Amino acid sequence: MSKKSTDKTAAAAKKTTSAAKTGGANAAPAAAPKPAASGPNPSHSSPVNTALSADEKVELYRKLVRIRRFEERSLRAYQAKKIGGFLHLYIGQEAVAVGCCSLMGKDDHVITAYRDHGHAIAVGMDTKALMAELYGKVTGCSKGKGGSMHYFDPARNFWGGHGIVGGQVPLGAGLAYALKYKGLKGAAMAFMGDGAVNQGAVHEAYNLASLWSLPVVFVIENNGYSMGTSQARSSAGELATRAAGYDMKWEIIDGHDLYDVRAKMEPLLRRAREESKPALVEIMTYRYRGHSVADPDKTYRSKTEIEDYQRTKDPINLFRAILQSEGALTDELIEKIDTEARSEADFAADFAEASPFPTPEDIQKDVYWEADNPSQRTSGGRLFFN
Amino acid sequence: MPLITYREALRHAMAEELTRDENVVILGEEVGQFHGAYKVTEGLLEKFGPKRIVDTPISEAGFIGLGVGASMLGVRPVMELMFWSFYSVAFDQILNNAANIRYMSGGQINCPIVIRGPANGGTNVGATHSHTPENILAHHPGVKVVVPSTPYDAKGLLKSAIRDNDPVFVLENTILYGLEGEVPSEEYLIPLGHADVKRAGTDLTIVTYGRPVIQSLAAAQQLQQEHNLSVEIVDLRTIRPLDIDTVLASVRKTHRVLIVEEQRPFCGVGAQLAYMIQNEAFDELDAPIQRLGTVDAPAIYSPPAEIEQLPNSQRILKAALATMGS
Ligand SMILES: Cc1ncc(C[n+]2csc(CCOP(=O)(O)OP(=O)(O)O)c2C)c(N)n1
Ligand SMILES: [Mg+2]
Repeated sequence: MSKKSTDKTAAAAKKTTSAAKTGGANAAPAAAPKPAASGPNPSHSSPVNTALSADEKVELYRKLVRIRRFEERSLRAYQAKKIGGFLHLYIGQEAVAVGCCSLMGKDDHVITAYRDHGHAIAVGMDTKALMAELYGKVTGCSKGKGGSMHYFDPARNFWGGHGIVGGQVPLGAGLAYALKYKGLKGAAMAFMGDGAVNQGAVHEAYNLASLWSLPVVFVIENNGYSMGTSQARSSAGELATRAAGYDMKWEIIDGHDLYDVRAKMEPLLRRAREESKPALVEIMTYRYRGHSVADPDKTYRSKTEIEDYQRTKDPINLFRAILQSEGALTDELIEKIDTEARSEADFAADFAEASPFPTPEDIQKDVYWEADNPSQRTSGGRLFFN
Repeated sequence: MPLITYREALRHAMAEELTRDENVVILGEEVGQFHGAYKVTEGLLEKFGPKRIVDTPISEAGFIGLGVGASMLGVRPVMELMFWSFYSVAFDQILNNAANIRYMSGGQINCPIVIRGPANGGTNVGATHSHTPENILAHHPGVKVVVPSTPYDAKGLLKSAIRDNDPVFVLENTILYGLEGEVPSEEYLIPLGHADVKRAGTDLTIVTYGRPVIQSLAAAQQLQQEHNLSVEIVDLRTIRPLDIDTVLASVRKTHRVLIVEEQRPFCGVGAQLAYMIQNEAFDELDAPIQRLGTVDAPAIYSPPAEIEQLPNSQRILKAALATMGS
């Protein structure tokens, strides 16, 4: 067991240092893996990052911190039995959602799996409604009907929050299909975990997206594990390179580095919007907590592995250091952002606590559009049964 | 009124809705260049072009999921399943995504998708191609299920389905595609959730839908001629929403009920109907409610045996006589 787990650790470490590979139909053959980062990452000086004002950088940092504090607070609420079901925390992965969603224009759309708190905050959802949803309250973003895994906010182009591994990926292709059908210059981002890549529906979506030139970027958030199964034990071959079989461009991104995420996602999103072409990216990242907070976390990885990531690759620490070296963040500001994020999370929890639960009458609302809009109902007959 | 086939009626419904609403798009395997596996969509590609009539790869989970996603952004996909039997490979997309998205989003997202195609036995294609999943589909709150039996109904119901803001599943029948019936040339809609009394009678109510409506009509004629029995036939047309009131009104008239369905008995539509009838019209019943369905086994291939596995007019006739106690 211990031998095995060292192998896994080594494999995970190898994966994360081989960032900056690219490939695909319209690209040059995959470049050789870069040696472990020594000099500055060229992504840091990419125009999409250098164009950021100091305030914008601070706001990106603030989002990372807000997500983390929100989730830490939600974990405490879970431990206090305020939250039912599963709670899949995104802690450690924040730079992926924040980096990707920071690039969204008005016609860009996002869909993801059940580990969705980071994306929800990244697209701008109100943490009060998010916490209330965890508490199962009627003030939640889905009125207490979706829970942690099923956040939605179509007004912010956020289409969930999906509980079936891989099931959301064809929907992401469908968002892109609708954009193209309507002649809108937007792109869809369809996020999934590394465990989703072996689902048939994901491959069907890859094929349709490439066959029909849909403006979608498929984003694999590779945190090394699907529940307790390492990538090596679940997937044959590489994940990103599977795109080649569908004649799709692909890229591997360092998900611990927010600037790398932005630098490499931006051209693919632009290409999707302007040329209506799909792409697949594999963003290397890591989750610190158990698969869901109720799950044991000792059987499949070592504590040192987690601590190594926390010490050397934490996305918040790394971005803070970059911004400090750029002079965009002072100690004072860091402190202030953290305090504010903590009190925002506490405030969200207080709001959730004070909010009412749905009533039994609410259970059968939001099932049918027609039932909720009786004045516009055209059908007859019974919609509900007992 | 012009006589057209059930197939043409469906085609006309789609053509009219494609013309009316630019967001309507037809997607499915072989719907375009090939003219449709059962020629339902024949000529639509030529008339509306490849943006509106889209041939998909054999990828039901992929293209139905794509349709669900597109519908969330306001496209109105009308998706053909070559056979409803193939819904099983897209089950997650249909019954997790389409059926649940409105609920799980607290009513923020609609899924105005139509999935249509044939769902029937009787063509000797064996168990994999003969599923009739209306009960399984209708089990899921959030969806609507339509099973038309005549060209007139097929056209009017499909048009309503396409305009509906909830996901609607239309289950057609390959054996009925060639059936002719009167269909007005003027536009009309049949709202979902309205049963239709296909034949009036006083002695026995047959509650049914889909192809067994046609078979029940033949049985009813024979029952009238040879047994002097007056049978009323209620065609549900829509399984969910369910027009139980029309059923109950008929029960109050005849006091005897036979349910006929091209469904296996266990957890079928008839089970739900029988529960509702006894619950809401117990005092009206002069005899136990009877049920005739598919003989409870996977669909048999052997052509003569399959006829006996499914409802047919002779089986219906016998079941009707048994319900009358004779
Ligand atoms: C179809 C399906 N099978 C299994 C599960 C149970 N399950 C939920 S999450 C998960 C692991 C998925 O891992 P991954 O895709 O890597 O995402 P991560 O949890 O790492 O974000 C499993 C097995 C599920 N929800 N859906
Ligand atoms: Mg994973």
